Amino acid sequence: MRGPPRLRAVTLIATQSLTKVYGGRVTALSDLTLSVGPGVVGLVGANGAGKSTLIKLLLGLIPPSGGSLSVLGLDPTTQAADVRARVGYMPENDCLPPELSAAEFVTHLGRISGLPRTAARERASEALRHVGLYEERYRQIGGYSTGMKQRVKLAQALVHDPDLLLLDEPTNGLDPAGRDAMLNLIARIGSEFGISVVVCSHLLGEVERICNSLIAIDGGKLLRSAEISTMTTSTDVLAVEVSEGTDELGHRLAAAGLPPTREGRLLLVPLGSAPDAAYDTILAAVADLDLPLHRLEQRRHRVAELFAAREDA
Amino acid sequence: MSVIHDIGYRRYQGPRLGRVSVLAALYVHGMRAAFGLGRTFKAKIFPWSVAGIMLVVGVVAAAVKFQTGLELLTYETFPDQMSMLLILFCAVVAPELVSRDLRSGVLPLYFSRPLSRADYPLAKLAAMITSAFAVMAVPMLIMFLTAAFSGDGMGAVWDEVKAFAPGLAYALLFALVYSSIALLVSSFVSRRAVAAGATVAVFLVTAPVVVVLTFATTTTGQQLAQLASPSTLVGGVGQWIFGRPEGMPEELGIGSFGPLYGAVTLGLIALCVSLLLARYRKVAS
Repeated sequence: MRGPPRLRAVTLIATQSLTKVYGGRVTALSDLTLSVGPGVVGLVGANGAGKSTLIKLLLGLIPPSGGSLSVLGLDPTTQAADVRARVGYMPENDCLPPELSAAEFVTHLGRISGLPRTAARERASEALRHVGLYEERYRQIGGYSTGMKQRVKLAQALVHDPDLLLLDEPTNGLDPAGRDAMLNLIARIGSEFGISVVVCSHLLGEVERICNSLIAIDGGKLLRSAEISTMTTSTDVLAVEVSEGTDELGHRLAAAGLPPTREGRLLLVPLGSAPDAAYDTILAAVADLDLPLHRLEQRRHRVAELFAAREDA
Repeated sequence: MSVIHDIGYRRYQGPRLGRVSVLAALYVHGMRAAFGLGRTFKAKIFPWSVAGIMLVVGVVAAAVKFQTGLELLTYETFPDQMSMLLILFCAVVAPELVSRDLRSGVLPLYFSRPLSRADYPLAKLAAMITSAFAVMAVPMLIMFLTAAFSGDGMGAVWDEVKAFAPGLAYALLFALVYSSIALLVSSFVSRRAVAAGATVAVFLVTAPVVVVLTFATTTTGQQLAQLASPSTLVGGVGQWIFGRPEGMPEELGIGSFGPLYGAVTLGLIALCVSLLLARYRKVAS
């Protein structure tokens, strides 16, 4: 029997001066100290920043060269099997056998995670259903599209009901619609399923909308780690795009007490403390000036700015 | 009627099984892969045709003995005669068990689960040995049953058992040696065709070496020649257990080196298994 509620206010992942050097020469992570609470965590950084190394360390697949770490309160260097029993991992690369059906493969991996036969079969079909695979699950994986394969990869990480999911670039190779669907699914796993998730991505803009907190690493070093709420409270902006009369609209909004900033063809309007009123003001201004409105979307623009500022420093 | 309700995500509160069950699951998965069960028809063709041929040979031998009393094949000669087919079987099944996983990159999914690095190759090896043994043991069992129950009385059955048991052990030795070699070779090659070729090559390349060595000048050299190839090595152990077959000239036998053949065979199995374990300690995940 396993422990009580999963979203306890415990530390999900903590590292202290974590360092990983490959072959005595290549430093993949250096002196990384961070602490992350439960929820959906974005792990962002360019390719080669050390994201995959961090994940392998968290799973206990490789030993650290220095420092210490804990996952769900366990030490992966000494309790790797206990950590892995409670963690689901979705690798970045292709990892599916084309000759098996998704149902058989996910069931098999459920059994490797220690589920009894019947439970593994039931949970495999549930996991596949949760990721949106129904009758297709009895077909061979070899015939699947990239999007379906990504879903199977996610399902196998979920099959044993982990407390933490480690997803390495889950949107890799997906088209924009597939990407949105995958991100929505991950957000649901975090909120409805109550499973904490670490999402690795090299695209900040992609993960920021589904994450409670973000860790940015670069060159193996921590750039910044923070709760999104602390970064974005009252910093939400609306991006407005009109195909003509951008300046006119800008003046009108400034006069109405919503001074916008210009970014290319976009006007970025801070929503302030009364977002609904700001919405109305903007729509009224666009209607008054009779401008063709192209886009009106809410953004957490500041997150990117905060990271960019750190990177420049 | 049947409406599909989205019941939401359910946590798993049931038991989580230990290492033995996980190993068993991996072993059963390996056995299914070996015989192409749950896979396409194409995956079944080869293992089942080899098994089928051996079965037919066994049935024919049993039937001929039953009808005429003539022994085409004994329990000792059956594994010898089938060894070429067994090489082919191992060369096809071993890549199916390990090369496929290398190729599809599935290993990280195994090693990110509570499965030790040694468990994976050991479960695969157990599946390989079992399947290789089974394709020989089943025809032999048919030969045994036919012979045992066509004789009269329990005495006949017991005589048959005494002949059958060592033959079965001999078949197991073939399965052990061939499986560990085939699995070791395949664990380094991700393309199945290449892995199959490399496995067969290990047996084929060493066979002429034996022939060359039998032209050695001394009788001792000739008697040691069969150590050089896995198939003649196991054959040598067979001679040690069952004695030199009638009609085989002495210089083609193993002389008094039986224990050496036995020791080298065990050493070879141990070497292959430890190299296999070392391979999976290092393999990228």
